Amino acid sequence: MRKTSVSALLFDAGNHVFFILLACTTLLPFVYLFSLSISSAETSFATIRLLPTHATFRNYEVVLHNPLIGYGFINSIVRTVLGTALSVFVTVMTAYALSRSYMPHRTFWLIFITFTMFFSGGLIPNYLLVKSLGLFNSVWALVLPSLVQTFQLIIARNFIMTIPEALEESAKIDGAGEFTVLFRIILPLSLPIIATLSLWTAVGHWNAWFDSLIYISEAKKQVMMVVMRNIVLSGQLPDVFDASPSTAVVTPETLKAATIMVTTLPILVVYPFVQKYFVKGMLIGSVKG
Amino acid sequence: MNSPRRSHPLGNYWRHRKLMLLFLPGVLYYIVFHYSPMYGVTIAFKDYHILKGINGSPWAGLEHFRMLFALKGFWDVFTNTILISFYKLVFGFPAPILFALLLNELRSILFKRVIQTVSYLPHFISWVILAGIFIQFLSPSIGPVNIALKSLGFEPVYFLADSNWFRTILVSTDIWKDLGWGSIIYLAALAGVHPELYEAARVDGANRFAQAKYVTLPGLVPTIIIMFIFAVGKLITDDFDQVFNLYNAAVYDVGDVISTYTYRSGLENMQYSFATAVGLFKNIIAFVLVVATNQIARRYSDYSLW
Repeated sequence: MRKTSVSALLFDAGNHVFFILLACTTLLPFVYLFSLSISSAETSFATIRLLPTHATFRNYEVVLHNPLIGYGFINSIVRTVLGTALSVFVTVMTAYALSRSYMPHRTFWLIFITFTMFFSGGLIPNYLLVKSLGLFNSVWALVLPSLVQTFQLIIARNFIMTIPEALEESAKIDGAGEFTVLFRIILPLSLPIIATLSLWTAVGHWNAWFDSLIYISEAKKQVMMVVMRNIVLSGQLPDVFDASPSTAVVTPETLKAATIMVTTLPILVVYPFVQKYFVKGMLIGSVKG
Repeated sequence: MNSPRRSHPLGNYWRHRKLMLLFLPGVLYYIVFHYSPMYGVTIAFKDYHILKGINGSPWAGLEHFRMLFALKGFWDVFTNTILISFYKLVFGFPAPILFALLLNELRSILFKRVIQTVSYLPHFISWVILAGIFIQFLSPSIGPVNIALKSLGFEPVYFLADSNWFRTILVSTDIWKDLGWGSIIYLAALAGVHPELYEAARVDGANRFAQAKYVTLPGLVPTIIIMFIFAVGKLITDDFDQVFNLYNAAVYDVGDVISTYTYRSGLENMQYSFATAVGLFKNIIAFVLVVATNQIARRYSDYSLW
């Protein structure tokens, strides 16, 4: 049995306090953001408060009525859904092929693919490629360049390799072809890894901004992250909110906060429910295959 | 149709044509979006002209590299990149290990779960959002940090526009963002330590501190080595998303890194060939670093990436 000494009790107490403080430090910026987003123009910033002296939802009204933010949301949703579906589809097919022992020149193809993890053309060649493919101002510029993530491909392949080959062999004896094996046997058994890949890819697409910044120039085709970035970081707030009525009760700071809040909310809402899948996926990935 | 003879090296591809059909989209993706940009790197050795294209532009040899190495601005950026990565390594590498060790000492499963859920959260928030939050959080006029400083009688600090503070902000926000998430891999390693080892240690009279030192920590060593190799291999790789969204012209002297420099010279100033040369130089160093650190790891331990 464990003896509980005084020093052990002290350590436990200190450890708990440490983690509570750490959790507060993690959450504080988000709490502050929320507080700022419901502040009205009269709110004083002389002292630190958890909640503002004058609360209002006017900021959100102004933000949500802005057409660019509406477009931004739609564009983000389109790229996320399309990008995730296509990425997972191609990743699983490629992973399946690479997991078969009878695949011709398998080692060569594996090296061919993993080499790209260690060496890449870089920013400018990629930019010129997307340009020469004529993908500017198209959602394909946001979907195709990141279609397969090599790390995810390797994880998917490792997972598929753990599925007993006997299943495939017996199906092939019964006359099943390559497509039947993949879609009827491998795919249903790979649902856990597919769920993880989908979540990773979806979060990646929702958060992505740089590709949209450099490949999309039409304001109506811009994703939410860049709309938000233009308002908050690039000082385009006056242009974006120019026509908004009664901006007198809101301030640039509170409007910015509400804009960030609106962009973050989808992740904050979904996060607690999907968090464990991310952790699981991370652990599957760390097992060497 | 004749089925090709067994001895033909490509016969296997025909025999497994359905499998290859499944492989085709993936391999096309890698050729178009990874290998063709590698060919595009040749513009680092050319005077790229947008109308002439990659093949039509005249060769320039090592001109851009000569220019690059002679540029003081480039070496400043190079130094910034290495220094920021080095600080992140020194302060950021031990942090998740410590986090995992301390979390491992918590007994309440519920408390543990809550702490983990909260601490993983920032990992999923993009730097664009976080930069927006931190710019306001650290603002000299309305940010709570400066309000606290002022109420204690200090002068407000414009953290994000002050060269003395900018690197500190980069390093600390980086740790803040990935402390919890980075600990997952160590927590997984801890879960793999045999319970009998702890029992044996207890029988030998080891208290909790001694158990952590002689059982838990050695159990983490393989993971620590692998993660350290990854980290050293990434010394030259900067965090574009973080720096680009947090920095401004006032802190270029300490905060401008290779990727942001490449972006500005390439896409803002349209010096395509020069920017490609910068990127290529960085990529080659990064490649050599990863290979070298892996060789070292292979020589001195059983653990390596390949």
